[in-house]
Amino acid sequence: MPDRPAPLGLYVHWPFCLSKCPYCDFNSHVRDRVDHAAWRNALLSELDHAAAQMQGDTGPRRLASIFFGGGTPSLMDPETVGAVIDRARALWPAEPDIEITLEANPTSAETGKFAGFAAAGVNRVSLGVQSLRPGALAFLGRQHDAGQALDAVRMAARTFPRHSFDLIYARPEQSLEDWRAELTEALDHVNGHLSIYQLTIEPGTAFHTDHRLGRFKTPDEEKAAAFFDVTQEILEAAGMPGYEVSNHAAPGQESRHNLIYWRYRDYVGIGPGAHGRVTIEGTKRAQRRFRLPEKWLDQVTQAGHGTEEDSPLGPQDRAAECLMMGLRLTEGVPLQRLEEEGGQSALPDPDRIERLVEEGYVSFADGTIACTTEGRLRLNSVIDFLLS
Amino acid sequence: MTDIARIRNFAIIAHIDHGKSTLADRLIQLCGGLTNREMKQQVLDSMDIERERGITIKAQTVRLKYTAKDGLEYTINLIDTPGHVDFSYEVSRSLAACEGSLLVVDASQGVEAQTLANVYLAIENNHEIIPVLNKIDLPAAEPERVKTQIEDVIGIDASDALEISAKTGMGMEAVLEAIVTKLPPPKTSEEPDPKVRALLVDSWYDAYLGVVALVRVRDGVIKKGQKLRMISTGAVHEVDRVGVLTPKGLVVDQLNPGEVGFITANIKAVADCKVGDTLTEDRRPTDEPLPGFQPSVPVVFCGLFPVDSSEFETLREALGRLALNDSSFHFEMETSAALGFGFRCGFLGLLHLEIIQERLSREFDLDLISTAPSVVYRIQLNNGNTIELHNPADYPDPTHIESIEEPWIKATIMVPDEFLGPVLTLCTERRGEQIELTYVGSRAMAVYRLPLNEVVFDFYDRLKSISRGYASFDYEIDSYKEGDLVKVSILINGDPVDALAMIVHRSQADFRGRAICGRLKDLIPRQLFKVALQAAIGGKVIARETIGALRKDVTAKCYGGDVSRKRKLLEKQKEGKKRMRQFGKVDIPQSAFLEALKMGDN
Repeated sequence: MPDRPAPLGLYVHWPFCLSKCPYCDFNSHVRDRVDHAAWRNALLSELDHAAAQMQGDTGPRRLASIFFGGGTPSLMDPETVGAVIDRARALWPAEPDIEITLEANPTSAETGKFAGFAAAGVNRVSLGVQSLRPGALAFLGRQHDAGQALDAVRMAARTFPRHSFDLIYARPEQSLEDWRAELTEALDHVNGHLSIYQLTIEPGTAFHTDHRLGRFKTPDEEKAAAFFDVTQEILEAAGMPGYEVSNHAAPGQESRHNLIYWRYRDYVGIGPGAHGRVTIEGTKRAQRRFRLPEKWLDQVTQAGHGTEEDSPLGPQDRAAECLMMGLRLTEGVPLQRLEEEGGQSALPDPDRIERLVEEGYVSFADGTIACTTEGRLRLNSVIDFLLS
Repeated sequence: MTDIARIRNFAIIAHIDHGKSTLADRLIQLCGGLTNREMKQQVLDSMDIERERGITIKAQTVRLKYTAKDGLEYTINLIDTPGHVDFSYEVSRSLAACEGSLLVVDASQGVEAQTLANVYLAIENNHEIIPVLNKIDLPAAEPERVKTQIEDVIGIDASDALEISAKTGMGMEAVLEAIVTKLPPPKTSEEPDPKVRALLVDSWYDAYLGVVALVRVRDGVIKKGQKLRMISTGAVHEVDRVGVLTPKGLVVDQLNPGEVGFITANIKAVADCKVGDTLTEDRRPTDEPLPGFQPSVPVVFCGLFPVDSSEFETLREALGRLALNDSSFHFEMETSAALGFGFRCGFLGLLHLEIIQERLSREFDLDLISTAPSVVYRIQLNNGNTIELHNPADYPDPTHIESIEEPWIKATIMVPDEFLGPVLTLCTERRGEQIELTYVGSRAMAVYRLPLNEVVFDFYDRLKSISRGYASFDYEIDSYKEGDLVKVSILINGDPVDALAMIVHRSQADFRGRAICGRLKDLIPRQLFKVALQAAIGGKVIARETIGALRKDVTAKCYGGDVSRKRKLLEKQKEGKKRMRQFGKVDIPQSAFLEALKMGDN
């Protein structure tokens, strides 16, 4: 490559939570005790292993981002966070403006550790505020109230250069007017980045059972679309247009880590259930670690890593993944990127692109295909149409 | 050898549920045809479907020995007739094998339309008819009223009708005596060595014996080693087995004049045995075939498609197996853009169609889609040719059509007075022409001429529902008449859906077109693109609906770079698409067509 080498991301999964939220289908587990020292060692081992695996690959890799996700990574010891950051920096040269994000629950116990995380090198937190309405927080099974959450946001603003928080909309019984009000209130506490997720009912969650049994109803397609439209409208007016389906930022404030996923660049994933996409000797590999925390820990202790799956991706799959991720972004996907991943034969059918352009779902200019807001709203079907 | 003077051949004519099978069982039991242990309830209806629906599909027969009050032993052959209007030709051939009938009528319910049709067939076959009032033990029995009804409606003397209860066995001796004393013995040629003539009554496939033909000997004898010729086809077969049914098969040396029995003769398929055909000796053939033979012609057609396309071969095999035992069932391969590979199947009528469908799902465990039933149209083309149209999808270019004829039926409907109004309205809506309307007590009998295509649509279900199940219905094919018929095509985004095309009278076209578009609108899920649904006659759109584009379909969160999960979901969707049919740029789930076709009855 002539200019800057492609960036590398590092994802670190901390699988533990104090309680399971009824909507969450992530790899999270409630445990009475966690042996922090053992976990720290295991994460460092897996990190070493990942770096060793990539050695000999052509060209230097520059670490552009580290992201601590979960579970609840704010339950980690700041020392563990610091150790992982230090080791990563030792293994790969880092970009000067490296982004180091940690997901945090906005409870007082965790706010108390903010200073420690900052000292460890974290420069951005993402807070799971989810709602500013007491009824909604109880429904979502959150352990905090709105006041605590906003205190945590204020503390984050004082402690870290950047922060973001999450909100969940399209909740049962939620009115469009109230969402408008709630989102406007939230804007007072925003510092350049917001993630707004639609409540979706995932298999294997408590909500899935409740929903199936008819204990609550989620808004229908029309109403969900109206929520989406209102969200775009308010945040655009506030100077934070959507740069991805569920993410909004002031220009330059985008999450660099998530951009790596969406631009389909390489990332290493460590910790239970973590996924990675790593190019080794020209072959992109799909990697996944064991999901169950105890299993993962055992594996790492024995083998130095907890890899359950590590398989090469074919050109068709690479192009499909690149398109699926890239179309989530407002900026879209340059066809050149698809070609890099999957070759000429993996490019979408021009007739199909044309059809989507006619319908107003995508734009196609300067060799880049991008979804319009209307297209993003129907992204699954758009991708499905392009790939069939 | 039984003296022909001591043979009696008879049939039982009865409406469903009026007790035909129970009576037959009782007679078999009394004459010791089967031991009690062998006696299953309703011996004669041997297929599950027959027993469940209380109808007989195949003709069956049983030979009984009865010692009458005159001290002599008689051979009594009961020929059980197929019990439904679709099989009226087969019924008439069974009746032609007998000299008399028991007319069994439920003493509380009275004469029904189906009884009426069959009793007329019996009269046409010069039967002596013995009226029998069954279920006389029930409190609701009204023998006098029913006797009057039999006299008024059918026009036969019912004054000494037998009063019985087949269930309790009451009056059964009297039935046997009446058979012996009232029915004539069979007639045969009085020549010393007459040429062989036997009526082919039915045939079936037996796993051990192969094709078995049921015959009634008119003249001469049939025995093993004889070479028999089937007059309609000219095929010659050497008899390798002769027997009678008691109802168990019992091999005998020969079948004599007046007797009913079976033969096997290395016949390849039941389709080679034409019901009503005359068998004669190849060496010395008759030049006078028995009267009344007609080749069986299907009148109702529909497409049958496997829901799962991988079951196509299984379906082909299953149809072949059914056809093995049902010479009136026809099928040939068909391809549909909407439904994939399947078969165009021909039936004697709607019940026949239903029975085949049910057997396919029950005996072969097949999940099927069937297209709307269609009748056979005769199309006169400009160039002088006439074609028979079995499938609306094959409708020729309308500019080449001179005229279209459709089959009409003569329908007899019997219905309690209170429901007559809606029944007449229904007949009028369906383009019916009234021939006759008469009352017998509180029941009306309406005779109508109706286009068959209106009847195959949903007539029978509607009739049942507007009369709360009290109306009874029977029909016979009448004649072909010219009609103002049009083909209504259903288009999805401009592409015609062959499986949904239909031929209807112009006056019904708008209504039917709107109905099916409305239904599809509810059945087709919203898509990325708008879907236009249209009903059209030629280039003229008569109804339209639009399915708006879907509003929202996006995964909110993509967790921790887990792209694999998303990609696998996408692959799963693609898998699901195998059950989709593409129309223009949209994919329609095959299930939508299935539902649209299913709902054709509502």
